[in-house]
Amino acid sequence: MSTQIQASARDIDGPLLELEDVTTHFKTPRGVVRAVDGVSFSLDRGKALGIVGESGSGKTILSRSIMGLLPPRGTIRGGSIKFEGREIGNLDRKAMRSVWGKEMAMIFQDPMTSLNPVMKIGRQIAEPLQIHLGMTKQNALATAERLLQDVRIPEAKRRLEQYPHEMSGGMRQRVMIAIALACGPTALFADEPTTALDVTVQAQILDLLGEQRRDRNMSLVLVTHDLGVVAGHTDEIAVMYGGKLVEKASTKGLFANMKMPYTEALLNSIPKLEDRSHTRLNAIAGRPPDLVNPPKGCRFAPRCPYAVDKCVNEEPPLIATAEDPNHLYACWYPVGSEGYHEAKVRIAASKHATDALAATSAAGGN
Amino acid sequence: MAGTGKAHLRDSPDVLLRIEDLVVEFPVGRTGLKVNAVSGISLDVLKGETLGLVGESGCGKSTTGRAIMQLPRPTSGSVQFEGKELTAMQGDAMREARTRMQMIFQDPISSLNPRRKVRQIVMEPLNIWKRGTDAERAKKVDGILEEVGIDPVRAGESQPHQFSGGQCQRISIARSLVLDPSLIICDEPVSALDVSVQAQVLNLLEDLKAEYGLTLIFIAHDLAVVKNISDRVAVMYLGKICEVAPSDMLYEQPAHHYTSVLLNSIPVPDPEVAVTKTAIEGEPPSPVLPPPGCRFNPRCPAAQDICRSEEPQLRAVGEGHFVACHFPTITPVELTSR
Repeated sequence: MSTQIQASARDIDGPLLELEDVTTHFKTPRGVVRAVDGVSFSLDRGKALGIVGESGSGKTILSRSIMGLLPPRGTIRGGSIKFEGREIGNLDRKAMRSVWGKEMAMIFQDPMTSLNPVMKIGRQIAEPLQIHLGMTKQNALATAERLLQDVRIPEAKRRLEQYPHEMSGGMRQRVMIAIALACGPTALFADEPTTALDVTVQAQILDLLGEQRRDRNMSLVLVTHDLGVVAGHTDEIAVMYGGKLVEKASTKGLFANMKMPYTEALLNSIPKLEDRSHTRLNAIAGRPPDLVNPPKGCRFAPRCPYAVDKCVNEEPPLIATAEDPNHLYACWYPVGSEGYHEAKVRIAASKHATDALAATSAAGGN
Repeated sequence: MAGTGKAHLRDSPDVLLRIEDLVVEFPVGRTGLKVNAVSGISLDVLKGETLGLVGESGCGKSTTGRAIMQLPRPTSGSVQFEGKELTAMQGDAMREARTRMQMIFQDPISSLNPRRKVRQIVMEPLNIWKRGTDAERAKKVDGILEEVGIDPVRAGESQPHQFSGGQCQRISIARSLVLDPSLIICDEPVSALDVSVQAQVLNLLEDLKAEYGLTLIFIAHDLAVVKNISDRVAVMYLGKICEVAPSDMLYEQPAHHYTSVLLNSIPVPDPEVAVTKTAIEGEPPSPVLPPPGCRFNPRCPAAQDICRSEEPQLRAVGEGHFVACHFPTITPVELTSR
């Protein structure tokens, strides 16, 4: 079964995935929702990329845009998505079928609803093997058993005959991974793969994904809201906010030298085990912007503690840091800059003033 | 893990809730087998305290929360709340008692009636109990909505689907507060929320607890979250209690091997910290046929013969720190006084 991709000359040396100015907008009764708004980046073969952001940041829509898994009606797509040098951004669903499974595969957050409840596990794994790789049923089932062993499911043979409801959430997510890996994809997209799972099982699943990526020299795109999850399991991180890419760097570079106040705020909002109990958490005030009418300047400005007039009025470009050309950020006054420190001093002063005022009024009340 | 024993229960006049030998079992079809969801646990909560309940899926933490509410009634054991025995309570007395304890659930959107206006949802408990005049009810509801950060005017016009997940959780919290309860059982209240919103809701719960003098039972699987909000934490495994300790102590010196496993599984947001190998293999066994002896023995790195035959009892290993393990990582101490 030679596919279009195999027939065309593969661009083996270049990056696996190249996005340029990708936009995904949805027409709704309220207006056009600018869910993904001009995102560009590239991903190399065998690398793991984490896409991080809150709900509504566009991270899921971006990964679905790349996979071509968006409803055709009401979706406005723009920009270019190249996979192995070939444009796939404009392909329709029928054409994407040759890409799904063998080139790109995806696993989802909820392992319960993404499996067919009335089909045995074995058949669900064997199906793509028969369709995409043209295997016989017998071969496909034998391969399915091997895949279940790969994803560390005990008693693989017996499991082939089971239905999804007979398995735990963690086991079902392993089955999803087995299905995604079945046709040997070059890139695997995992959208919040561990959010519905216990911490112990989350650690197991993340390790499993990392191990399979190395064994198969596969690229992995890990979409999550938890910086803790991506820290130990990715090479690069892209932070999204309000449909835009706001920071991108190597994982080590990002954690060592965060530039966007949003990335910093996201990290600081995670409760830390080292802190005493009842330590006040640093929540990010407010909510992500309405993407029908996004703020005209920096989209994070309304929630950013350091924002000044310029941030509200002018959109910051995505630029590289002085030290590292691969570390990109979009902020007028990045963490560590002079403007950032000035803002910190200003905030401290106003907080001091409020406290003093509160103290005076309290004293007045007595 | 065993967790029978009551060494950790306190003799204090401030005990708001005291559970003893709580057992919850569910029949498995007509097989005659049963799911041992909760197998004889004892716990107490003091007034104004926050008790965290942690464990993996299926450990019985949510069932415990529900059994306290008598939803459904426990198979056996006693639940004393504000000095009254709930398990024997019937009819109106039970309904009345439930106004004093409220619950917040994991999925904020599906726990609100999708067809009603948010302000109506929050006011409903007051209407049912005919508390105050219409004007008083309106004032109370608006006050609480303001308190949790929801605009009462918008709440009067909008339905739950017009709010985000974090806002819906705030609405659930407002609803749980209108009847002035003394105890709120929070069942995974922030698991479905983003980290940034999770921090907002946790801060809100802390503020409200201080303001209304609430006592909380906080059920979650994320230990970092539980540590942040709790004064005391009970770790559960397969229907039993493994370890009970003041929050900070549990994290500084976990005595049970299972607690260590849970702590080591939390992803650290720092790439410089070497990713430890999977802390534990496998998943908890079925609660239909739990392993004999310590229920954690099949997955425990330190298990020996005695763990497979004899169930460990809760023993003190420090001030207010109790563990049910034959070979805890901290040497048990003699109980001098309780």
